[in-house]
Amino acid sequence: MFYIYCPHCGEHREEEEFHAKGQAHIARPADPDSCSDKEWGEYLFFRKNPRGLHHEMWVHATGCRKFFNVTRDTVTYEIKEVYKIGERPSVVAAGN
Amino acid sequence: MQHYSGFGLLKHALNYHENWQRVWRNPTPKKKYDVIIVGGGGHGLATAYYLAKEHGITNVAVIEKGYLGGGNTARNTTIVRSNYLWDEAAHLYEHAMKLWEGLSQDLNYNVMFSQRGCLNLGHTLQDMRDIQRRVNANRLNGIDGEVLDAKQVQEIVPILDCSANTRFPVMGASWQPRAGVARHDAVAWGFARAADSHGVDLIQQTEVVDMVIEDGAIVGVKTNRHGVIKADRVGCVVAGNSGVLANMAGFELPLESHPLQALVSEPIKPILDTVVMSNHVHGYASQSDKGDLVIGAGIDGYNGYGQRGSYPTIEHTVAAIVEMFPIFSRVRMNRQWGGIVDTCPDACPIISATPVENLFFNCGWGTGGFKATPGSGNVFAATLAKGEAHPLAKPFSMFRFHDGALIDEHGAAGVAH
Repeated sequence: MFYIYCPHCGEHREEEEFHAKGQAHIARPADPDSCSDKEWGEYLFFRKNPRGLHHEMWVHATGCRKFFNVTRDTVTYEIKEVYKIGERPSVVAAGN
Repeated sequence: MQHYSGFGLLKHALNYHENWQRVWRNPTPKKKYDVIIVGGGGHGLATAYYLAKEHGITNVAVIEKGYLGGGNTARNTTIVRSNYLWDEAAHLYEHAMKLWEGLSQDLNYNVMFSQRGCLNLGHTLQDMRDIQRRVNANRLNGIDGEVLDAKQVQEIVPILDCSANTRFPVMGASWQPRAGVARHDAVAWGFARAADSHGVDLIQQTEVVDMVIEDGAIVGVKTNRHGVIKADRVGCVVAGNSGVLANMAGFELPLESHPLQALVSEPIKPILDTVVMSNHVHGYASQSDKGDLVIGAGIDGYNGYGQRGSYPTIEHTVAAIVEMFPIFSRVRMNRQWGGIVDTCPDACPIISATPVENLFFNCGWGTGGFKATPGSGNVFAATLAKGEAHPLAKPFSMFRFHDGALIDEHGAAGVAH
């Protein structure tokens, strides 16, 4: 059970209020029309799936309904940091 | 290999069952193999068995970081069915179903495959339309299936709440009589014993820590206990840890690993003699031969490798079961656990060559790999033996995510793996 801090509401709330929304910091291709099938496929479907620190998006679905980023350990499930969209993490996973 | 039979059982009874042979050897690995299979779960062991049996390749090692069949093979809810919507998936799972039907004889090991049928319930008009479409698709593919109305469902499962007063009334179901359950551990042990008898080395308690790659081709794996073991070809069948091994080889997969939880109740008298699944209410249950209810539902939504999930997911699962079976409301749950499932964006597996030459992956089975165990091993063995995809495995290349030929089984599979 996660106890998640929503940076928009400024409060800790229980996991049930949130939904995990997958890997964070995926940049949309600057020029989609010139993407190869491989580049486009990797943008859409290929994901980091680390055993350890992971940067991911969550949404406060039954609260403020806003997105934010979480840095979390995928083995211990410990949340290391919560930060807003557009900000950079201070705890950085290897390979990022 | 010691042949198992009723007569053998009688013979061993005479000397108090003290002289049974060990079921498999515990060998020290050789320096080099024709094929190394990473991962000693059901799929990996089945791959090794079919490599030896159908392709005559016996210089094979299965490297397992824990013990045989100790990962998702030990953690799943043992349901076997083949009623998938799309041709590619239906053919693959039906291939597995046909192998299941002769598996105990083939392996000389009782995998307790019980074709007790499987109901996929429909609770809305759209559910029923989807069920009709799927059953029609199944029948065109030669897979058994029927569309039942609520009354027929009630006849098959008298304890199911089919009244009109529920939140999501049962309107009908799809029914696959050939579906059922199998004993999960026995499947791993049966394949392990049969593979071992063909000369396959089963290397347990040995973790692959790196891949040895030269000029874009794999030449071996580095292990924590036995150093580098060389191989002409390597097949990875490591379920939830596929992403980790792909990273070692220097590429990414279109996979995310999630916890998937299951529960068993205390053993009760026989009451449920089939498998009941509901995508809409989101849960499924069957009863094991021991008497415990085997219960599951959906994955936890976040990525995780912790082999455990969150309480809200358990609560949703149990709520769904009680909604369908009010009679179970006072049954106590005995155990609850989580496995790590590697899910693909299109809910179909990856059986594929990779950007690294001679390295193959069989992964992405997500929440429903157990039912495919013999079929998956069979087509992956052919793929490893020939170096090119078996015809049934061809549509499941990882490169389908580049060319867009996805096999969208989400609608058909849903929760009900």
